[in-house]
Amino acid sequence: MNHPEDLKYTKSHEWIRIEKDGTLTIGITDHAQEALGDLVFIELPEVGRKLAAEEACVVVESVKAASDVYAPVAGEVVAVNSAAAEAPAELNKDPYAAWLMRIKPAVKFDPATLLDAAAYEKGLA
Amino acid sequence: MHQTPLHPAHRAAGAKLVDFAGWDMPLHYGSQLEEHHAVRRDAGMFDTSHMLAIDVEGAGAREFLRGALANDVARLKTPGKALYSCLLNEAGGVLDDLIVYFLRDDLFRVIVNAGTASKDLRWLEGLRASGVTLRSRRDLAMIAVQGPKARDKAWRALPELKAASAALGAFFGAQAGDTFIARTGYTGEDGFELLLPAARAPDAWERLAAAGVRPCGLGARDTLRLEAGMNLYGQDMDESVTPFEAGLGWTVVLDGARDFVGKAALQSRKPARELTGLVLAGRGGVLRAHQRVHAANGAGEITSGGFSPTLERSIALARLPAGAVPGADVQVEVRGKRLEARIVKPPFVRHGKPLVPDF
Repeated sequence: MNHPEDLKYTKSHEWIRIEKDGTLTIGITDHAQEALGDLVFIELPEVGRKLAAEEACVVVESVKAASDVYAPVAGEVVAVNSAAAEAPAELNKDPYAAWLMRIKPAVKFDPATLLDAAAYEKGLA
Repeated sequence: MHQTPLHPAHRAAGAKLVDFAGWDMPLHYGSQLEEHHAVRRDAGMFDTSHMLAIDVEGAGAREFLRGALANDVARLKTPGKALYSCLLNEAGGVLDDLIVYFLRDDLFRVIVNAGTASKDLRWLEGLRASGVTLRSRRDLAMIAVQGPKARDKAWRALPELKAASAALGAFFGAQAGDTFIARTGYTGEDGFELLLPAARAPDAWERLAAAGVRPCGLGARDTLRLEAGMNLYGQDMDESVTPFEAGLGWTVVLDGARDFVGKAALQSRKPARELTGLVLAGRGGVLRAHQRVHAANGAGEITSGGFSPTLERSIALARLPAGAVPGADVQVEVRGKRLEARIVKPPFVRHGKPLVPDF
């Protein structure tokens, strides 16, 4: 399974890329897309929505089941990837290209509170 | 967990395996959507060996089944002909749905679901008259080959079956050597179901795959049968509903003097509910089992729901108060929201063609 080392991860199977401007780009991991199966529906939050840490804010549904995606930190949604919602299968093809949303953290946060690739994969074993 | 004779082939193909009624079965081999489309557009195959064939033998076989089944085996006049029926309890509740093949006057073959097989056998044993024997055929494997190109590809892979099956009409089966081949299925497409000795199944599977028949898992089997408007036992019906409340009134023969288990109950009880199809109006979510449905004449519940790969929208079967009108709009509670859906008469898709009007 593919979990790039330059990304951060959560136990709830989100990946996080810390952008240069301090915003966080969020998607679901390769493990998550593989466990869910073919994705058929994605509901993204409104841009501007204020999220609490660990708040459910995206719904991804596969042929099998619905699953929530959680905000890794408190913050505001500054962008969403509508193209992914139009073509959910892209998340199966490349879960790291098909990002879901970008959050501007409400407070400065410590990246060390997130998992690195090795720790994330250890949690899957 | 139980394994079918094709289990090693599934593992070798990298299938994602899941527990289905105590059997370790393939959910998919990579992409459930691609497997679904293969069956609608070309040819796919399913390992259905977890289901059980029961041979009903003896001079009294026909009369025994006439009393045990809600559909009337007397309708089977030509050897090889198949009949779909419910098996009911005394209260008219559905114990199982099954296919029965008329092989000879003293031999019928009944195919029942995996999860209900032991219960069915016990039930049938309890009804059995002298002069009738029931034989569980766990020695047979089953492969369903389905899709518009299924028959051609099956014949290419297994040419020895062609002579016996070339002239088979829909819902007929025939013996071809040690293989029973029937033009039946659970997908809404043409094709065959094969019953063959377990030891021969891996070779047949391999030859079918080599002829371009795509292995498909239970995931695609479920979306295909849902599009075809076919019930899944344990989900769309169980002992708490009658065939009339499960969209299966057409399979029940109440007329005439024939008595069968559950008949009196069905005659005395007017169905309060019915099973209908639903299509989600927009793309605001996915219909799923157990979601609550609000119709003009009362509330009900989705029994099976999902994303239809052929229609590219969400569809469902739902049990609503009797009197649901096709074309009427309902609301479904989907993850905290109320989404608009429309009542339609299943099937949703048949022979690759959408049957749902645009709206």
